[in-house]
Amino acid sequence: MAVRERLSGNEAISYAIKQVNPDVMPAFPITPSTEIPQYVANYIANGEMDTEFIPVESEHSSMSATIGASAAGARALTATSSCGMALMWEELYVAASNRLPLALCLVNRALSGPININCDHSDSMGARDTGFIQIYAENNQEVYDNFVQAYRISEHKDVRLPIMICQDGFITSHAVENIELLEDEKVKGFVGEYEPENYLLNPEQPMALGPYAVSNYYMETKMAQNTAMKNAKQVILDVGKEYGELSGRSYGFFEAYRLEDADYAFVIIGSAAGTTKDAVDQLREEGVKAGILKLRVFRPFPDEEIAGALKNCKVVAIMDRSESFRGKGGPLGAEVKAALYDHAANVRAFNLIYGLGGRDFTVEEAKQIYRDLEAYDRDGKAFEEYRYVGLRG
Amino acid sequence: MSYNFKEEMNKPERLAPGHRMCAGCGGTIAVRAVLRALHEGDKAVIGNATGCLEVSTFMYPFTAYEDSYIHNAFENAGATMGGVETAYHVLRKKGKLNETYKFITFGGDGGTYDIGLQSLSGAMERNHDFVYVCYDNGAYMNTGIQRSSATPMYADTTTTPVGSESNGKMQNRKDLASIIAAHDVPYVGQSTLLGNFKDIHTKAEKAIYTEGACFLNIMAPCPRGWRYPTQDIMKICKLGVETCYWPLFEVDHGKWILNYEPKKKLPIEDFLRPQGRFKHLFKKGNEDLLVQFQQEVDRRWEELQFRCSRY
Repeated sequence: MAVRERLSGNEAISYAIKQVNPDVMPAFPITPSTEIPQYVANYIANGEMDTEFIPVESEHSSMSATIGASAAGARALTATSSCGMALMWEELYVAASNRLPLALCLVNRALSGPININCDHSDSMGARDTGFIQIYAENNQEVYDNFVQAYRISEHKDVRLPIMICQDGFITSHAVENIELLEDEKVKGFVGEYEPENYLLNPEQPMALGPYAVSNYYMETKMAQNTAMKNAKQVILDVGKEYGELSGRSYGFFEAYRLEDADYAFVIIGSAAGTTKDAVDQLREEGVKAGILKLRVFRPFPDEEIAGALKNCKVVAIMDRSESFRGKGGPLGAEVKAALYDHAANVRAFNLIYGLGGRDFTVEEAKQIYRDLEAYDRDGKAFEEYRYVGLRG
Repeated sequence: MSYNFKEEMNKPERLAPGHRMCAGCGGTIAVRAVLRALHEGDKAVIGNATGCLEVSTFMYPFTAYEDSYIHNAFENAGATMGGVETAYHVLRKKGKLNETYKFITFGGDGGTYDIGLQSLSGAMERNHDFVYVCYDNGAYMNTGIQRSSATPMYADTTTTPVGSESNGKMQNRKDLASIIAAHDVPYVGQSTLLGNFKDIHTKAEKAIYTEGACFLNIMAPCPRGWRYPTQDIMKICKLGVETCYWPLFEVDHGKWILNYEPKKKLPIEDFLRPQGRFKHLFKKGNEDLLVQFQQEVDRRWEELQFRCSRY
């Protein structure tokens, strides 16, 4: 029997970590992810798991030590947020190019400055080109479920890439929700033992990792990473389906919420999708055909599937919780628009910026955006090409 | 621990020939000397900070290391090997590994004294069971002889060039061995390339086979950066020791031990004169710079003698 509990997002992922019981976890405190290493350290202190915790002196070192442990042949992970991830930037690329299937529990938070501890997606969106797989969650249940699936995806022989399991700072990480947990044995059985093929501590075959590779080899390594990332698409679907058979909760690249017949849709990531679902439900009662594409997997980017799901919409609002300072919108906007273009989906799409630095995003705001999309479509009323939602008056 | 030079030199090399380090490079000699102290049969993981050594010994697809090897980046050799070493203990604990492994990381002074100091300090404080070896050639040699905090005062480097308004580097070098000793680690040794290599061998063996975080600081001259004839490396090292510029000492579980006291301490000029990077000190009118250099060497030597005399 599954266990019904009430947990915060940080508790939920920590509980999943305990059940998976990885080998090594180096970590450094930073709000709002600090609780994850705290919970893990407590589980270890009380004999509930036997992971080795390394209390490093910085995030650069936490990712460095995670890389060392993973290279050595251990199942490894770390957790961080915001500037912590910014400090490990260089190492994110190293982890991915070394094809190490380590996990990073990211609690999304704004980047400085000004210093701000609240949620937005600028940390992970900035790291979108590092070569990590990126999976996002709307709520605590998804955070838990995503982590249980993480190593099955990252360690798959066709993939072998690091994976980032993202959740929204405070909104998800610190809010307590009802959650259904799997039994320990089910999780252990699903995740399985880590059996690396090449690793430093293989007595039969020494390995050298981290070479100097000049222009005659470098480009092939990038191509190989890209092939692995493309392969990850099928693996993510297979694992999401198998997880559904185990838990009753299946996962794909995104959740299509009332999208089937929608005229007006949001493309959105993370906790704000929950807010938007309320808005959609209310609008549907008013007869507005509103829907949502809640993106779960941002890397690899499921462009064809997104375009396919949006192709019958009339107007789409792509909601970015981070800036890219190109003067035209955020990263999600750029990539979704490219997907629509590449797959000849003739859908008008606007890009909106919301929720930066933890700015509240309300049901009313979401409804107003849908109404504006409808007014643009039906009455030809101008829609500001690229706008910020919820700015001070 | 008895030491037999011939026996040691006949051991199979763990750093294979064919790497691309310069002829007469002190770093390479130091690496080979340290790796010889590994007992045959013991496996090892060797680490590197980014630097000359790394780019010359593991150029894809060739590695010069007989053992497993990891290079990560410039500033994180300590943290990286800390992760490897922790994984080793977990795999042993879980019964997935039975073999004995030793962990040795090499970094130049740039990767150790400067950009990698935080990572090193963290790894030392957490007392990971590994050896960090700094091959100290007193500048960023890989990028072209830029000053580091290990560069001695008045050295002519490409970022502290000697000119009409400059006598080279203006600051004294950082005393890293003392800094690491202050971490209360089990073993710190300072050595260089001397005679029959007994000093460096003994210290390397102690460092490798002492449990916990151990640190070796090895003066490893760079003929390109120091500007002396390549074949003179052993003379330069000996003069470093005989002038007390580079004293041989160790800190064994907190106990400071002086390993060698010259019968007649040579003047610092003897160490500086053969090196092109100090040529300007011997120009007329710069006599006071030599006096200052000597005073600093004397001050540090006396301080070391004092520390060692307390035990």
